[in-house]
Amino acid sequence: MQQTKRRSFPIHIVVFLAPAVLLYTVFMVIPLINSLRLSFFALGNQSQQTFVGLQNYIKLFTDNNFAPFFWRALRNNFVFFAVHMLVQNPIGLLLAALLAEGGRIRNFFRTVIFMPTVLSVVIIGFIWQLILNPLWGVAEGILESVGLGAWFGPWLGKPETALITVSLISVWQFVGIPMILFYAALIGIPEELMEAARVDGASAWEAFWRIKFPLILPTIGIVGILTFVGNFNAFDLIYTMKGANAGPDFSTDIMGTLFFRTFFGQQLQLGNPTMGATVAAMMFLIILTGVLLYTFLWARRVQTYEM
Amino acid sequence: MRKFFTTVSLLVALTLILTACGGGAATQPPAATQPPAATEPPAATEPPAATEPAATEPAAGEAVTLTIESWRTDDLSIWEDTIIPAFEAKYPNIHVVFSPTNPPDYNGALNTKLQGGTAGDLITCRPFDASLQLFQQGNLASLNDLPGMENFGDVAKSAWITDDGSDVFCVPMASVIHGFFYNKDKFDELGLQEPTTKEEFFQVLQALKDNGDTPLVMGTADQWESATMGFQNIGPNYWQGEEGRQALIAGTAKFTDEPYVKTWQDLAEWAPFLPEGYEAVKYPDAQSLFTLGQGVIYPTGSWEISLFEKDAGFNMGIFPPYVENAGDTCYISDHTDIAVGMNAASPHPEEARTFLSWVASEEFATLYANALPGFFPLSNAQVTLDDPLANEFLSWRQQCESTIRNSYQILSRGEPNLENELWRVSAGVMNGSITPEQAGQEIQTGLEQWYKP
Repeated sequence: MQQTKRRSFPIHIVVFLAPAVLLYTVFMVIPLINSLRLSFFALGNQSQQTFVGLQNYIKLFTDNNFAPFFWRALRNNFVFFAVHMLVQNPIGLLLAALLAEGGRIRNFFRTVIFMPTVLSVVIIGFIWQLILNPLWGVAEGILESVGLGAWFGPWLGKPETALITVSLISVWQFVGIPMILFYAALIGIPEELMEAARVDGASAWEAFWRIKFPLILPTIGIVGILTFVGNFNAFDLIYTMKGANAGPDFSTDIMGTLFFRTFFGQQLQLGNPTMGATVAAMMFLIILTGVLLYTFLWARRVQTYEM
Repeated sequence: MRKFFTTVSLLVALTLILTACGGGAATQPPAATQPPAATEPPAATEPPAATEPAATEPAAGEAVTLTIESWRTDDLSIWEDTIIPAFEAKYPNIHVVFSPTNPPDYNGALNTKLQGGTAGDLITCRPFDASLQLFQQGNLASLNDLPGMENFGDVAKSAWITDDGSDVFCVPMASVIHGFFYNKDKFDELGLQEPTTKEEFFQVLQALKDNGDTPLVMGTADQWESATMGFQNIGPNYWQGEEGRQALIAGTAKFTDEPYVKTWQDLAEWAPFLPEGYEAVKYPDAQSLFTLGQGVIYPTGSWEISLFEKDAGFNMGIFPPYVENAGDTCYISDHTDIAVGMNAASPHPEEARTFLSWVASEEFATLYANALPGFFPLSNAQVTLDDPLANEFLSWRQQCESTIRNSYQILSRGEPNLENELWRVSAGVMNGSITPEQAGQEIQTGLEQWYKP
């Protein structure tokens, strides 16, 4: 009798969950819910809150002062994400595949490539602004020394190139993360499988695409969703390099900088906490949608092999 | 059973610890939201709502600490070495700490701090609406009866007064005057004269370019230089200063009118004379370029004097914004820029008012104007300046008509924000991404969306 009673109330689970649940509730869940709540209110003259329903959202999607900024930021954010998916992750996979092949100096390269990831984003922004500076940057000299001096331009200052340049700097910084995840997955593949492949006469190329690649598909999904969440939360690099106005002509404005400007204000523009909360809620919804799509359309369909 | 007790007591202990932590965090929001500034004094982290007995009537010998919020990070050493010691020598009971925030973040950070109740006792006031809004929200105290306020004229107070003129809420500190700095050695070497008309200006630029120099130093990466140091610098000569500014407010002039389009046309014509890759050149880059002698003319304002005199290894000269035709009346942007007010929630209102009265005094005006050449006092006190460049700037007040930046009063109250829009389009014009006519059209359309004269 006592046995079943004790089993019916598994108190140890509560004990182990309590710290995380409490901390997350106090510092994440409550602020998140409060921020979502704020997006349904408007502030009056004396800072009193009045409930306005979905009006803030309607304003964000249709009002001339918000809609163009919102759609531009969303578009820029997708470009930012696309650059990471098309450049960062394939390069990460390539580097991981090379490192997993072995070689004596792989530890050295593993460390070097991962290094920028642990540096402060302010340092990264500062260094790259110096490198690309048209007045005293080294980029022009380097390009000239290989005969490509004419290709150089003030990339960070032109609306057409600024976003791609900032995205590539971010790729440079974070390429170590997909690399290390792919690397961990690749070295986890049992040697017997590869031996069997070799015995069957598979070339290295075939072995990679037919055996290794399917085995690391779950990791590819995880890297993809991490990139997605990271990119739609991104703010720091652009704020460091281009300021809250995300110039030139808002060409590097993404959701994070739009949120910051709306919420906290900028120069003579005063902050608008409720519209800021609305932008934040949209960021949350976009990320939530992405994560749900990943969970239901990808994670459940991809076969995970026990190795 | 013992196992059960152990588990329960563990759980209880854990809950207690966690709730203690949570409770602690909840009652001290100021500490949590405070940016980790090393210079932050203890007074700033105190909840301002606390009604200490010492707050209103400090006992003799008990020091009170006042914190000044400011965006003038460049002036930190001047405040700490010159101004604050002079004040503290007079009022030993009051300790003052100058705590600046990076300029672009100042307004946002200040609003957040005021709402969170962590802002300092004294608030450096941006001109016009940003401060007016703070006053209307009840963040700034009214200073109508402050001793010393009588030292300021109506123009000086215009930027920190309610629309009906009933309440003044900041003590005016300084204005800045726009103009052009140039490398005198280079001018002498090539036998060039200070240009006074547009034609002469571009002749000088061409002569410098032919000589292989970078004639004009400016970048558009930070955007505000194009508007503040370009558009608002030369523009008053086209829109005739106050007359044009008031006409915009009255609605009798539009940004699509000739004077405004002409100003942007000039900016577009500047572009070929700017350093290579100016689209990515930031403000500090441009400053360095000029002080290193790698560029000859720098459109900016009097606030650069102290930095340039320290860094430049050559003789500098200045000339006022050029006029369109010889003999035209000249106008200068003599912009009321800085004032200081009192946080209405300050726990030390008496001490803060003592400090503000001192700021309104002649002693402060002299001290400030000479410590910061290029920031000209707004008080009626007769102040003598030691710095020759500052004196020359000041002498323009006699030759030319003064005005202020046209986006600051009333016109930046709505969305889209006129000032931000001016930054964007002026940089766009200089980058060649939009035409001067488009710039005028976009600004006027944006303004008409919300502004009814």
